[in-house]
Amino acid sequence: MITTDILIIGAGPTGLFAVFEAGLLKMKCHIIDALPQPGGQLAELYPKKPIFDIPGYPSVNAGELVDNLMEQIKQFQPGFTLGETAISYKKVDEEWFEVVTNKGTIHRCKAIAIAGGLGTFEPRKPTMDNIADYEEKGLEYFVKEPEHFRNKKVVIAGGGDSALDWSVFLSNVASEVTLIHRRNEFRGALDSVEKVQDLKNQGKIKLITPAEVTAIKGDGKVEAITVVRDGEEPIDIETDYFIPLFGLTPKLGEISQWGLNIEKNAIVVNNALDYQTNIEGIYAIGDINTYPGKLKLILCGFHEATLMCQSVYNRLNPGKKFVLKYTTVSGVDGFDGSRKEAEKAVVKKID
Amino acid sequence: MSDINIRITDREGLTHDIVAPTDMSMNLMEIIRSYELAEEGTIGVCGGMAMCASCQVYVIKDPGLEPMGDEEDAMLGEAFHVEPNSRLGCQLHISDAMEGLEVEIAPYP
Repeated sequence: MITTDILIIGAGPTGLFAVFEAGLLKMKCHIIDALPQPGGQLAELYPKKPIFDIPGYPSVNAGELVDNLMEQIKQFQPGFTLGETAISYKKVDEEWFEVVTNKGTIHRCKAIAIAGGLGTFEPRKPTMDNIADYEEKGLEYFVKEPEHFRNKKVVIAGGGDSALDWSVFLSNVASEVTLIHRRNEFRGALDSVEKVQDLKNQGKIKLITPAEVTAIKGDGKVEAITVVRDGEEPIDIETDYFIPLFGLTPKLGEISQWGLNIEKNAIVVNNALDYQTNIEGIYAIGDINTYPGKLKLILCGFHEATLMCQSVYNRLNPGKKFVLKYTTVSGVDGFDGSRKEAEKAVVKKID
Repeated sequence: MSDINIRITDREGLTHDIVAPTDMSMNLMEIIRSYELAEEGTIGVCGGMAMCASCQVYVIKDPGLEPMGDEEDAMLGEAFHVEPNSRLGCQLHISDAMEGLEVEIAPYP
Protein backbone atom coordinates (compact mmCIF):
# COMPACT_ATOMS: atom_id res chain seq x y z
CA MET A 1 0.00 0.00 0.00
CA ILE A 2 1.22 3.46 -0.95
CA THR A 3 0.69 6.28 1.54
CA THR A 4 1.15 9.97 0.90
CA ASP A 5 -0.23 13.37 1.84
CA ILE A 6 -1.65 14.46 -1.51
CA LEU A 7 -2.56 11.91 -4.17
CA ILE A 8 -2.47 13.60 -7.57
CA ILE A 9 -4.39 11.99 -10.41
CA GLY A 10 -2.73 12.99 -13.66
CA ALA A 11 0.96 13.58 -14.37
CA GLY A 12 0.52 16.55 -16.72
CA PRO A 13 2.16 19.92 -16.10
CA THR A 14 -0.40 20.96 -13.47
CA GLY A 15 -0.07 17.72 -11.50
CA LEU A 16 3.72 17.83 -11.65
CA PHE A 17 3.95 21.43 -10.48
CA ALA A 18 1.61 20.68 -7.57
CA VAL A 19 4.40 18.44 -6.20
CA PHE A 20 6.68 21.47 -5.98
CA GLU A 21 4.18 23.71 -4.20
CA ALA A 22 3.23 20.88 -1.82
CA GLY A 23 6.91 20.24 -1.13
CA LEU A 24 7.46 23.83 -0.05
CA LEU A 25 4.78 23.21 2.57
CA LYS A 26 6.42 19.90 3.59
CA MET A 27 3.64 17.76 2.12
CA LYS A 28 4.48 14.61 0.13
CA CYS A 29 2.83 13.73 -3.17
CA HIS A 30 2.21 10.60 -5.21
CA ILE A 31 0.98 10.71 -8.81
CA ILE A 32 -1.16 8.20 -10.73
CA ASP A 33 -1.29 8.36 -14.53
CA ALA A 34 -2.80 6.06 -17.15
CA LEU A 35 0.07 6.65 -19.55
CA PRO A 36 3.42 4.92 -19.09
CA GLN A 37 5.34 8.23 -18.87
CA PRO A 38 4.79 11.54 -17.04
CA GLY A 39 3.82 14.67 -18.96
CA GLY A 40 0.23 14.01 -19.96
CA GLN A 41 -0.84 15.57 -23.27
CA LEU A 42 2.48 17.35 -23.58
CA ALA A 43 4.42 14.11 -23.70
CA GLU A 44 1.79 12.04 -25.49
CA LEU A 45 0.36 14.40 -28.09
CA TYR A 46 2.90 17.08 -28.93
CA PRO A 47 6.31 16.62 -27.24
CA LYS A 48 8.19 18.29 -30.09
CA LYS A 49 5.87 21.27 -30.49
CA PRO A 50 6.65 24.67 -28.96
CA ILE A 51 4.55 26.50 -26.34
CA PHE A 52 4.82 30.29 -26.36
CA ASP A 53 2.79 31.36 -23.32
CA ILE A 54 4.72 29.91 -20.40
CA PRO A 55 5.82 32.97 -18.41
CA GLY A 56 9.56 33.44 -18.69
CA TYR A 57 9.96 31.14 -21.66
CA PRO A 58 9.67 32.89 -25.05
CA SER A 59 9.41 29.37 -26.46
CA VAL A 60 9.68 25.95 -24.88
CA ASN A 61 9.01 22.55 -26.40
CA ALA A 62 6.31 20.61 -24.61
CA GLY A 63 8.65 17.69 -23.93
CA GLU A 64 11.30 20.03 -22.56
CA LEU A 65 8.79 21.68 -20.22
CA VAL A 66 7.94 18.24 -18.81
CA ASP A 67 11.64 17.44 -18.35
CA ASN A 68 12.14 20.76 -16.57
CA LEU A 69 9.17 20.18 -14.27
CA MET A 70 10.49 16.70 -13.39
CA GLU A 71 13.85 18.28 -12.56
CA GLN A 72 12.20 21.04 -10.52
CA ILE A 73 10.22 18.59 -8.34
CA LYS A 74 12.95 15.95 -8.01
CA GLN A 75 14.02 16.91 -4.47
CA PHE A 76 10.48 16.41 -3.22
CA GLN A 77 10.68 12.76 -4.24
CA PRO A 78 7.22 12.26 -5.71
CA GLY A 79 6.05 8.67 -6.11
CA PHE A 80 4.54 7.52 -9.39
CA THR A 81 2.01 4.86 -10.28
CA LEU A 82 2.23 4.93 -14.09
CA GLY A 83 0.25 2.96 -16.64
CA GLU A 84 -2.66 2.64 -14.21
CA THR A 85 -6.01 4.37 -13.94
CA ALA A 86 -7.66 5.50 -10.72
CA ILE A 87 -10.94 3.63 -10.51
CA SER A 88 -12.54 4.14 -7.12
CA TYR A 89 -12.12 6.15 -3.96
CA LYS A 90 -13.45 5.79 -0.46
CA LYS A 91 -13.14 7.62 2.78
CA VAL A 92 -11.42 5.26 5.24
CA ASP A 93 -11.76 7.50 8.30
CA GLU A 94 -11.71 11.18 9.20
CA GLU A 95 -8.13 11.50 8.02
CA TRP A 96 -7.60 9.08 5.14
CA PHE A 97 -8.89 8.52 1.63
CA GLU A 98 -8.20 5.31 -0.26
CA VAL A 99 -7.88 5.21 -4.05
CA VAL A 100 -7.60 1.95 -5.99
CA THR A 101 -6.39 1.63 -9.59
CA ASN A 102 -7.53 -0.71 -12.37
CA LYS A 103 -4.58 -2.96 -11.47
CA GLY A 104 -5.53 -3.07 -7.82
CA THR A 105 -2.81 -0.77 -6.49
CA ILE A 106 -4.02 0.78 -3.23
CA HIS A 107 -3.12 4.37 -2.34
CA ARG A 108 -3.90 6.08 0.97
CA CYS A 109 -3.82 9.85 1.15
CA LYS A 110 -5.10 12.81 3.11
CA ALA A 111 -6.28 14.76 0.08
CA ILE A 112 -6.92 14.00 -3.59
CA ALA A 113 -6.06 16.43 -6.36
CA ILE A 114 -7.56 15.48 -9.70
CA ALA A 115 -5.35 16.99 -12.38
CA GLY A 116 -6.65 14.77 -15.13
CA GLY A 117 -6.63 17.23 -18.03
CA LEU A 118 -8.84 15.89 -20.79
CA GLY A 119 -9.33 12.63 -18.95
CA THR A 120 -7.74 9.21 -19.31
CA PHE A 121 -6.24 8.49 -22.71
CA GLU A 122 -7.83 5.41 -24.18
CA PRO A 123 -6.92 3.78 -27.49
CA ARG A 124 -9.18 4.50 -30.44
CA LYS A 125 -10.52 1.14 -31.47
CA PRO A 126 -11.26 0.14 -35.05
CA THR A 127 -14.93 -0.45 -35.75
CA MET A 128 -15.35 -4.20 -36.21
CA ASP A 129 -18.21 -6.26 -34.83
CA ASN A 130 -16.24 -8.94 -33.03
CA ILE A 131 -13.37 -6.76 -31.85
CA ALA A 132 -14.02 -7.24 -28.11
CA ASP A 133 -13.71 -11.03 -28.50
CA TYR A 134 -10.05 -10.73 -29.43
CA GLU A 135 -8.91 -8.06 -26.96
CA GLU A 136 -5.85 -9.36 -25.08
CA LYS A 137 -6.13 -12.53 -27.20
CA GLY A 138 -3.78 -11.34 -29.88
CA LEU A 139 -5.42 -7.95 -30.31
CA GLU A 140 -3.35 -5.31 -28.51
CA TYR A 141 -3.71 -1.53 -28.41
CA PHE A 142 -0.35 -0.86 -26.76
CA VAL A 143 3.05 -2.48 -26.97
CA LYS A 144 3.68 -2.86 -23.26
CA GLU A 145 6.10 -5.75 -23.21
CA PRO A 146 8.07 -6.05 -26.46
CA GLU A 147 9.42 -9.48 -25.46
CA HIS A 148 5.87 -10.74 -25.69
CA PHE A 149 6.19 -10.53 -29.46
CA ARG A 150 9.50 -12.36 -29.82
CA ASN A 151 9.48 -14.67 -32.85
CA LYS A 152 5.78 -14.03 -33.42
CA LYS A 153 4.03 -12.69 -36.49
CA VAL A 154 2.76 -9.16 -35.96
CA VAL A 155 0.47 -6.93 -38.01
CA ILE A 156 0.44 -3.22 -37.12
CA ALA A 157 -2.14 -0.82 -38.53
CA GLY A 158 -1.85 2.98 -38.49
CA GLY A 159 0.02 5.84 -40.09
CA GLY A 160 1.41 7.95 -37.25
CA ASP A 161 4.54 7.98 -35.14
CA SER A 162 3.59 5.11 -32.86
CA ALA A 163 2.77 2.79 -35.79
CA LEU A 164 6.09 3.67 -37.43
CA ASP A 165 8.18 3.47 -34.26
CA TRP A 166 6.78 0.16 -33.10
CA SER A 167 7.14 -1.34 -36.59
CA VAL A 168 10.81 -0.37 -36.51
CA PHE A 169 11.32 -1.68 -32.98
CA LEU A 170 9.45 -4.94 -33.45
CA SER A 171 11.21 -5.70 -36.75
CA ASN A 172 14.15 -6.79 -34.57
CA VAL A 173 12.01 -8.84 -32.20
CA ALA A 174 9.13 -10.41 -34.10
CA SER A 175 9.56 -13.03 -36.80
CA GLU A 176 7.47 -10.99 -39.22
CA VAL A 177 6.17 -7.40 -39.15
CA THR A 178 3.49 -6.17 -41.53
CA LEU A 179 2.50 -2.50 -41.51
CA ILE A 180 -0.86 -1.59 -42.99
CA HIS A 181 -2.06 1.99 -43.59
CA ARG A 182 -4.92 3.57 -45.46
CA ARG A 183 -2.59 5.92 -47.32
CA ASN A 184 0.77 5.67 -49.00
CA GLU A 185 1.89 8.67 -46.95
CA PHE A 186 2.83 8.38 -43.28
CA ARG A 187 2.58 11.16 -40.72
CA GLY A 188 5.53 11.08 -38.40
CA ALA A 189 9.01 12.27 -37.61
CA LEU A 190 11.11 12.20 -40.77
CA ASP A 191 13.70 9.77 -39.38
CA SER A 192 10.98 7.26 -38.40
CA VAL A 193 9.56 7.34 -41.94
CA GLU A 194 13.04 6.87 -43.39
CA LYS A 195 13.82 3.96 -41.06
CA VAL A 196 10.65 2.15 -42.12
CA GLN A 197 11.58 2.77 -45.77
CA ASP A 198 15.03 1.22 -45.14
CA LEU A 199 13.60 -1.79 -43.33
CA LYS A 200 11.05 -2.27 -46.09
CA ASN A 201 13.85 -2.22 -48.67
CA GLN A 202 15.75 -4.82 -46.61
CA GLY A 203 12.63 -6.98 -46.50
CA LYS A 204 12.35 -6.70 -42.70
CA ILE A 205 8.98 -4.93 -42.75
CA LYS A 206 6.18 -5.83 -45.13
CA LEU A 207 4.23 -2.73 -46.12
CA ILE A 208 0.65 -2.91 -47.39
CA THR A 209 -0.74 0.47 -48.55
CA PRO A 210 -3.23 1.92 -49.26
CA ALA A 211 -5.17 -0.74 -47.47
CA GLU A 212 -7.46 -1.36 -44.55
CA VAL A 213 -7.92 -4.24 -42.12
CA THR A 214 -11.58 -5.21 -42.37
CA ALA A 215 -11.85 -8.31 -40.17
CA ILE A 216 -10.13 -10.41 -37.53
CA LYS A 217 -10.31 -14.19 -37.77
CA GLY A 218 -9.45 -16.95 -35.35
CA ASP A 219 -10.88 -19.42 -32.88
CA GLY A 220 -10.66 -17.77 -29.44
CA LYS A 221 -7.56 -15.83 -30.44
CA VAL A 222 -6.20 -13.86 -33.37
CA GLU A 223 -5.06 -16.22 -36.14
CA ALA A 224 -5.46 -14.05 -39.22
CA ILE A 225 -6.69 -10.67 -40.39
CA THR A 226 -8.46 -9.73 -43.60
CA VAL A 227 -6.95 -6.87 -45.58
CA VAL A 228 -8.45 -4.99 -48.49
CA ARG A 229 -6.01 -3.07 -50.62
CA ASP A 230 -7.65 -0.27 -52.61
CA GLY A 231 -9.36 -1.68 -55.67
CA GLU A 232 -8.36 -5.29 -54.92
CA GLU A 233 -10.02 -8.43 -53.58
CA PRO A 234 -9.74 -9.03 -49.80
CA ILE A 235 -6.88 -11.27 -48.70
CA ASP A 236 -6.22 -13.04 -45.40
CA ILE A 237 -2.87 -12.72 -43.68
CA GLU A 238 -1.89 -15.18 -40.96
CA THR A 239 -0.67 -13.50 -37.80
CA ASP A 240 -0.28 -14.03 -34.06
CA TYR A 241 -0.88 -10.39 -33.12
CA PHE A 242 -2.84 -7.49 -34.52
CA ILE A 243 -1.90 -4.07 -33.13
CA PRO A 244 -4.10 -1.20 -34.35
CA LEU A 245 -2.44 2.12 -33.42
CA PHE A 246 -4.97 4.79 -34.32
CA GLY A 247 -4.12 7.24 -31.58
CA LEU A 248 -5.67 7.88 -28.20
CA THR A 249 -8.85 9.59 -27.22
CA PRO A 250 -9.44 11.11 -23.78
CA LYS A 251 -12.36 10.02 -21.61
CA LEU A 252 -13.35 11.25 -18.18
CA GLY A 253 -13.73 7.58 -17.27
CA GLU A 254 -14.42 6.17 -13.80
CA ILE A 255 -13.94 9.52 -12.08
CA SER A 256 -17.30 10.54 -13.53
CA GLN A 257 -18.84 7.92 -11.19
CA TRP A 258 -17.32 9.38 -8.01
CA GLY A 259 -20.27 11.61 -7.25
CA LEU A 260 -18.46 14.75 -8.31
CA ASN A 261 -20.44 17.61 -9.78
CA ILE A 262 -19.75 17.34 -13.52
CA GLU A 263 -20.70 19.75 -16.24
CA LYS A 264 -19.67 19.56 -19.92
CA ASN A 265 -17.05 16.86 -19.29
CA ALA A 266 -15.37 18.96 -16.59
CA ILE A 267 -15.44 18.84 -12.77
CA VAL A 268 -17.21 21.80 -11.23
CA VAL A 269 -15.25 23.47 -8.45
CA ASN A 270 -17.42 25.80 -6.49
CA ASN A 271 -14.92 28.59 -6.27
CA ALA A 272 -11.64 29.98 -7.47
CA LEU A 273 -10.42 30.06 -3.85
CA ASP A 274 -8.97 26.57 -3.50
CA TYR A 275 -10.50 24.50 -6.35
CA GLN A 276 -12.13 22.04 -3.98
CA THR A 277 -14.95 19.96 -5.50
CA ASN A 278 -18.34 19.21 -3.96
CA ILE A 279 -16.58 16.40 -2.03
CA GLU A 280 -14.49 17.78 0.84
CA GLY A 281 -10.84 16.92 0.49
CA ILE A 282 -11.08 16.24 -3.24
CA TYR A 283 -9.75 19.03 -5.44
CA ALA A 284 -9.78 19.44 -9.23
CA ILE A 285 -7.04 21.52 -10.87
CA GLY A 286 -5.96 22.31 -14.42
CA ASP A 287 -7.90 21.59 -17.60
CA ILE A 288 -10.24 19.12 -15.90
CA ASN A 289 -12.05 21.69 -13.75
CA THR A 290 -14.54 24.40 -14.56
CA TYR A 291 -15.66 27.54 -12.74
CA PRO A 292 -16.77 30.99 -13.84
CA GLY A 293 -13.89 32.58 -15.69
CA LYS A 294 -12.04 29.29 -16.22
CA LEU A 295 -9.27 29.31 -18.81
CA LYS A 296 -7.68 26.08 -19.93
CA LEU A 297 -4.09 27.28 -19.88
CA ILE A 298 -1.01 25.64 -18.38
CA LEU A 299 -0.16 28.84 -16.53
CA CYS A 300 -3.62 28.87 -14.93
CA GLY A 301 -3.12 25.23 -13.92
CA PHE A 302 0.07 26.22 -12.08
CA HIS A 303 -1.83 28.89 -10.17
CA GLU A 304 -4.63 26.47 -9.29
CA ALA A 305 -2.11 23.88 -8.08
CA THR A 306 -0.54 26.48 -5.79
CA LEU A 307 -3.82 27.54 -4.17
CA MET A 308 -4.89 23.91 -3.81
CA CYS A 309 -1.71 23.13 -1.84
CA GLN A 310 -2.30 26.05 0.54
CA SER A 311 -5.82 24.79 1.15
CA VAL A 312 -4.68 21.22 1.81
CA TYR A 313 -2.05 22.54 4.24
CA ASN A 314 -4.71 24.40 6.19
CA ARG A 315 -6.92 21.32 6.27
CA LEU A 316 -4.13 19.07 7.50
CA ASN A 317 -2.70 21.55 9.99
CA PRO A 318 -5.68 23.39 11.41
CA GLY A 319 -4.67 26.53 13.26
CA LYS A 320 -0.97 26.01 12.59
CA LYS A 321 0.76 29.27 11.75
CA PHE A 322 2.70 29.65 8.55
CA VAL A 323 3.57 32.41 6.15
CA LEU A 324 4.04 32.42 2.43
CA LYS A 325 7.73 31.87 1.71
CA TYR A 326 9.71 33.18 -1.21
CA THR A 327 12.10 30.56 -2.54
CA THR A 328 14.75 33.20 -3.18
CA VAL A 329 14.67 34.14 0.51
CA SER A 330 14.10 30.76 2.15
CA GLY A 331 15.69 28.43 -0.37
CA VAL A 332 14.26 25.00 -1.10
CA ASP A 333 14.77 22.11 1.31
CA GLY A 334 14.26 18.77 -0.42
CA PHE A 335 12.95 15.63 1.28
CA ASP A 336 16.17 14.03 0.03
CA GLY A 337 18.20 16.29 2.35
CA SER A 338 19.29 18.59 -0.45
CA ARG A 339 19.14 22.34 -0.08
CA LYS A 340 19.00 24.97 -2.78
CA GLU A 341 19.56 28.57 -1.78
CA ALA A 342 20.56 31.94 -3.11
CA GLU A 343 24.20 32.81 -2.79
CA LYS A 344 24.94 35.09 0.13
CA ALA A 345 25.80 38.65 -0.76
CA VAL A 346 29.39 39.58 -0.14
CA VAL A 347 29.95 42.09 2.61
CA LYS A 348 33.41 43.48 2.18
CA LYS A 349 35.08 46.77 2.61
CA ILE A 350 36.37 48.56 -0.46
CA ASP A 351 39.57 50.44 0.23
CA MET B 1 -13.72 43.87 -40.32
CA SER B 2 -16.70 41.79 -41.32
CA ASP B 3 -18.75 38.81 -40.35
CA ILE B 4 -19.63 35.85 -42.54
CA ASN B 5 -22.59 33.47 -42.48
CA ILE B 6 -22.05 29.75 -41.99
CA ARG B 7 -24.60 26.95 -41.74
CA ILE B 8 -23.58 24.16 -39.36
CA THR B 9 -25.44 20.89 -38.77
CA ASP B 10 -24.60 19.49 -35.34
CA ARG B 11 -24.19 15.83 -34.33
CA GLU B 12 -27.88 15.62 -33.42
CA GLY B 13 -28.85 16.71 -36.92
CA LEU B 14 -29.96 20.22 -35.93
CA THR B 15 -29.06 23.02 -38.31
CA HIS B 16 -27.70 26.34 -37.04
CA ASP B 17 -27.19 29.50 -39.07
CA ILE B 18 -24.40 31.34 -37.34
CA VAL B 19 -22.31 34.43 -37.84
CA ALA B 20 -18.55 34.17 -37.61
CA PRO B 21 -16.05 37.06 -37.27
CA THR B 22 -13.22 37.15 -39.79
CA ASP B 23 -10.99 39.41 -37.70
CA MET B 24 -10.44 37.29 -34.57
CA SER B 25 -8.11 34.75 -36.22
CA MET B 26 -10.55 31.95 -35.41
CA ASN B 27 -10.98 28.65 -37.16
CA LEU B 28 -14.13 26.66 -37.76
CA MET B 29 -13.48 24.33 -34.78
CA GLU B 30 -13.29 27.36 -32.48
CA ILE B 31 -16.47 28.80 -33.98
CA ILE B 32 -18.27 25.53 -33.27
CA ARG B 33 -16.96 25.60 -29.68
CA SER B 34 -17.84 29.24 -29.13
CA TYR B 35 -21.43 28.55 -30.19
CA GLU B 36 -21.38 25.29 -28.14
CA LEU B 37 -22.64 23.24 -31.09
CA ALA B 38 -20.74 20.17 -29.86
CA GLU B 39 -20.19 19.08 -26.27
CA GLU B 40 -16.96 20.28 -24.64
CA GLY B 41 -14.47 17.43 -24.60
CA THR B 42 -15.75 16.05 -27.91
CA ILE B 43 -14.40 18.79 -30.16
CA GLY B 44 -11.01 20.43 -30.48
CA VAL B 45 -9.56 17.81 -28.14
CA CYS B 46 -5.95 18.36 -29.27
CA GLY B 47 -6.41 22.13 -29.18
CA GLY B 48 -6.30 22.59 -32.94
CA MET B 49 -3.08 20.87 -34.01
CA ALA B 50 -4.66 18.54 -36.60
CA MET B 51 -3.82 15.66 -34.26
CA CYS B 52 -7.16 14.21 -33.18
CA ALA B 53 -9.86 14.73 -35.85
CA SER B 54 -12.49 15.54 -33.19
CA CYS B 55 -13.40 18.62 -35.27
CA GLN B 56 -13.94 16.69 -38.49
CA VAL B 57 -16.73 18.15 -40.63
CA TYR B 58 -18.33 17.15 -43.92
CA VAL B 59 -18.43 20.05 -46.36
CA ILE B 60 -21.95 20.26 -47.81
CA LYS B 61 -21.54 23.54 -49.69
CA ASP B 62 -18.04 24.76 -50.51
CA PRO B 63 -17.79 28.43 -51.47
CA GLY B 64 -14.06 27.97 -52.18
CA LEU B 65 -12.09 26.59 -49.22
CA GLU B 66 -8.32 26.62 -49.16
CA PRO B 67 -6.87 23.26 -50.23
CA MET B 68 -5.86 20.79 -47.54
CA GLY B 69 -2.37 20.93 -46.06
CA ASP B 70 -0.20 17.84 -45.54
CA GLU B 71 -0.89 17.51 -41.80
CA GLU B 72 -4.65 17.72 -42.28
CA ASP B 73 -4.52 15.23 -45.13
CA ALA B 74 -2.44 12.79 -43.06
CA MET B 75 -4.71 13.07 -40.01
CA LEU B 76 -7.75 12.36 -42.16
CA GLY B 77 -5.82 9.37 -43.47
CA GLU B 78 -5.97 7.90 -39.96
CA ALA B 79 -9.30 9.22 -38.68
CA PHE B 80 -12.59 7.34 -38.55
CA HIS B 81 -15.83 8.21 -40.39
CA VAL B 82 -13.85 9.90 -43.19
CA GLU B 83 -15.72 10.78 -46.39
CA PRO B 84 -14.43 12.39 -49.59
CA ASN B 85 -15.79 15.75 -48.37
CA SER B 86 -14.18 15.53 -44.91
CA ARG B 87 -12.14 18.45 -43.58
CA LEU B 88 -10.74 19.33 -40.15
CA GLY B 89 -12.47 22.39 -38.69
CA CYS B 90 -9.30 23.50 -36.91
CA GLN B 91 -7.51 23.88 -40.22
CA LEU B 92 -10.21 26.08 -41.78
CA HIS B 93 -9.41 29.67 -40.89
CA ILE B 94 -12.43 31.92 -41.01
CA SER B 95 -12.11 34.28 -43.97
CA ASP B 96 -14.36 36.25 -46.30
CA ALA B 97 -14.01 33.50 -48.89
CA MET B 98 -16.02 31.19 -46.57
CA GLU B 99 -19.24 33.22 -46.80
CA GLY B 100 -22.09 30.77 -47.35
CA LEU B 101 -20.15 27.67 -46.17
CA GLU B 102 -22.30 24.73 -45.11
CA VAL B 103 -20.88 21.89 -43.02
CA GLU B 104 -22.02 18.95 -40.94
CA ILE B 105 -20.06 17.93 -37.82
CA ALA B 106 -18.81 14.34 -38.15
CA PRO B 107 -19.26 11.76 -35.36
CA TYR B 108 -16.56 11.38 -32.69
CA PRO B 109 -14.71 9.24 -31.72
